[in-house]
This record gives sequence, structure tokens and C-alpha cells, in this order.
Amino acid sequence: MPAPDDQKSLRQTPLHALHVSLGGKMVPFAGYDMPVQYPAGVLKEHLHTRAAAGLFDVSHMGQLALRPKSGKVADAARALERLVPQDIVAIAPGRQRYAQFTNADGGILDDLMVANFGDHLFLVVNAACKDADEAHLRAHLADDCVIDSLADRALIALQGPKAEAALAKLCAGAPSMTFMDAGPHEVAGIKCFVSRSGYTGEDGFEISVPAADAERLTRTLLENPDVLPIGLGARDSLRLEAGLCLYGHDIDTATTPVEAALEWSVQKSRRSGGVRAGGFPGAEKILAHFDNGASRRRVGLRAEGRAPVREGALLFADEAAGEPIGKVTSGGFGPSLNAPVAMGYVPTNLSALGTKLFAEVRGQRLPLAVAAMPFVKNTYKR
Amino acid sequence: MTTTLYTSDHEWLAIDGDIATVGITDYAQQQLGDVVFVELPKVGRSLKKAEAAAVVESVKAASDVYAPVTGEVLEANEALAAEPALVNSDAQGAAWFFKIRMADKSELGSLMDEAAYKAHTA
Repeated sequence: MPAPDDQKSLRQTPLHALHVSLGGKMVPFAGYDMPVQYPAGVLKEHLHTRAAAGLFDVSHMGQLALRPKSGKVADAARALERLVPQDIVAIAPGRQRYAQFTNADGGILDDLMVANFGDHLFLVVNAACKDADEAHLRAHLADDCVIDSLADRALIALQGPKAEAALAKLCAGAPSMTFMDAGPHEVAGIKCFVSRSGYTGEDGFEISVPAADAERLTRTLLENPDVLPIGLGARDSLRLEAGLCLYGHDIDTATTPVEAALEWSVQKSRRSGGVRAGGFPGAEKILAHFDNGASRRRVGLRAEGRAPVREGALLFADEAAGEPIGKVTSGGFGPSLNAPVAMGYVPTNLSALGTKLFAEVRGQRLPLAVAAMPFVKNTYKR
Repeated sequence: MTTTLYTSDHEWLAIDGDIATVGITDYAQQQLGDVVFVELPKVGRSLKKAEAAAVVESVKAASDVYAPVTGEVLEANEALAAEPALVNSDAQGAAWFFKIRMADKSELGSLMDEAAYKAHTA
């Protein structure tokens, strides 16, 4: 239990009182007092999200607007390309893309979503990194952009096969959106930003709502019997089954996007030979990884037995090997698979699907195999 | 006659002569949440009091179960390997973890009775 002083210094999202009233078990997370689970429990919350719809409070995440001083969104996009290896210029109005802020060593400072809202860019960044990200943006983009921290907005994720039907009742435009569409929509009469995206592998939406309207909108969504509130515990098991990285665990300042198996997120225009190749922090190292390969790689891991293999477990090439060859960066039990799942870094020559490895858990070497991710097929509406 | 005692680490022991049946309390299973895996000590293993004897894992985390007394493991509840969720549904009954032949019954002196345990978790 945190000391009373720590408790007091924890920040609260606009939905804090609602979480408490719903019986949420509150824990400190990234400086916020957040629900790790509700009375249903992590297992039921996870399975409900995959079967119906789960509602997540992700208001602790950072929301930012990048407004071009020239008035042309392409200028904001070009400016942001100085900090990320993604093609931002090519994001069409009303579309969103996954990106990473990189550092001079080619490591990842944070991962984020970037949407083109027509006259400005809308960014969603990780809670633990948001202050550093905002400072980073101000330090590098202030000549070209006005950087607005949208701290007066909450962020709600609605995820699962029944998310579309649940949101359609409040937002006529929701059903016609496809995966990674993003833009302003009225939801229950409230002016929101809605994207068709999420962090569970399921079809679903993220809804940015003014803080003052957040509880009313959330209560309205929860009136639908298909929608249950879901805590951070199930959010983590859902994203793990979906093979999605958790910043600070699966990716950090010491992993490049290529090592992290995120090549798909770096468009050809920014790679060697592309029309705007390089020009982002760490480009030399990251492009060298693209051109020549990296010596290690993030892979999915499936255990043969039932014992969860968790973050920090060392990986070995065989049962008797003295030296570890890698480490698990996320791992646990996948409720939809009813089996343990993990991801971690291994030497590239041991990263082929089916490669047999061992994880050390409580002094025992448990057999596992490199496995394809996502572990659970995603259901994005393309 | 069977007496049930409790540890401050939320284990229960049903004492029958020299043999104690050990499990985790209903309070502990509520705190852990949905149990997805249980690792039990091997039969014949000698356990020292306070040594990690078993592991119980929820979706979120792994927790050690400590030997509440010194002795030899006589039996482990294999039903838990097949159905870990028994720990949630019947923690103080069908979901016992292991049976131990106690080496020194004086160790029981530091354990709590039901009333003291209830006060401990209140």
C-alpha cells in the first residue's frame, strides 16, 4: 500500500469517482490512481471484451495538438517527420498512423498515434512519457508549430465485437469508419474526436471527450448491457495476446524499431532510397538495421506447459546452457488462449518461428517456442 | 479432531495429529483474483518453515506460498494442476495445496486461530 502522501500525490482522471463507484480496485499507474480491475475480475473482463464490448479509461495518456504556424497541415507533418521515422506527410485527412519518437542512438523514446485532423495533427502518447514528449516537441518543433497540450480532455476506449453497435447508438458516423480512421464526431451530442483503433486486437474505437462531459458519456455507454468497464489488468492481457508492445517493457530507449519487429510501421519513403529517407533521430543506426539486419529481434513465445513466463525471465538456447541468449519483456497468461503467452528479445538467428528455447522460471528451465504474433487473430475493420 | 490455524501470509493449516493440510485462505484468493496456475511441491520434499513451497499465479502476477511449518511433503493436490480455478471456488476446502508431516509441532504456537486471523484481515 502506498503511504497516504503517495496516495495524495497520485493524479486522477475525470472518471476517477466513477471507477470507485463501480467497485474498481484502484492502483498507482504512471502517476495516476487507476482501476486495475472491477468486481468481475481480470479473466472475465478480458473474455467479455473479446465476446462483447469493453470500456477502458485511458485518460492518463497524453493528448496533444500540433498546429502549423503556416496554417498548412503538411508543414506540421514535415516538422514532425524530424522526430519520427514514419511518413507523416502521407497521412490523409481523417486518417491515423502508429509512430515512434526515436533518439540519436536509434532507440525509442515513446510510441504514439498521429492523426491528421485536416488543419492540425492530433497525437496520443503514453502517460509515463507525456511530459517528456511535450518538452521534446517544444524543443524541436516550436518554430513551425504551436503545441497544445489537451489536458482538459479524457480518453475512452470502447473495444470488442459489439463496440460498433454500442457506439452507433450515440454516433451515427461510427459504423462507416474503418480501421485507423480518425476525426471529429458528435457522440451523444458531445463534440468528440473518434478514431477506429485501440490496444486489444479487437475492432473498436478511442473517443477523446472534454473532461467535463466524460462521466456522462461513459455512464451512457455503460447503460448498454453489452458494455462492461475493463481495468488495466485485462488491458495488459488483451494487448499481450494481440502482440502489441508496451512502452518501457517491450520497447524503450535501447531498442530500435527494427529490433522491435516494427518495420511495418516505417514506410518506404523514410527508408534508404526513399523520397524522404532518414532525417529523424538515430536514422543512421535505424537505416543500417533496415539495410543489414539487426542482431536481435522481438519475438512471440508460447510455452509448452501451463506456467506463465513473465517479464524478466531469462531465455536460454538449451536446457543446460550457462549463458542466457535473451530475456522476456512481457509475459503472462492469455485468457482467450487459455495458455501462457510472452514476448521477448532473442538473437536474430534464433528468431525463426518454431525455434525451441527455454525460459528460466524459479530455477527451472521451461520449454517454449518462438511463435507468430498476434497470438489471437485481430478483428480490425479494414 | 482437526484444528485449523492460520498464518499472517494467508495460509490455512488443518492439523490432524502430525499431519497438516495446507492451503491459502479465502481472503488470499480474493486478493489474488482469477487463479490460472498452481505449482506444488514434490512429494517427499523436505520443507523448512518460511521456505517458498508452492506458487499460485493469477492473470496478473505470481505469488509464493510459504511452508508454514517444517516437515516432509506427503501429498500434493494434483487436482489444482488440472483446475487452478478451484482455488477461487473452494480455497479452504477442495483447493488444499499439500499435506506435510510436521517435524516440530511447537512451530504451531506462533500461528493464529480463526478469530485472530479474522482480526488480522479486518
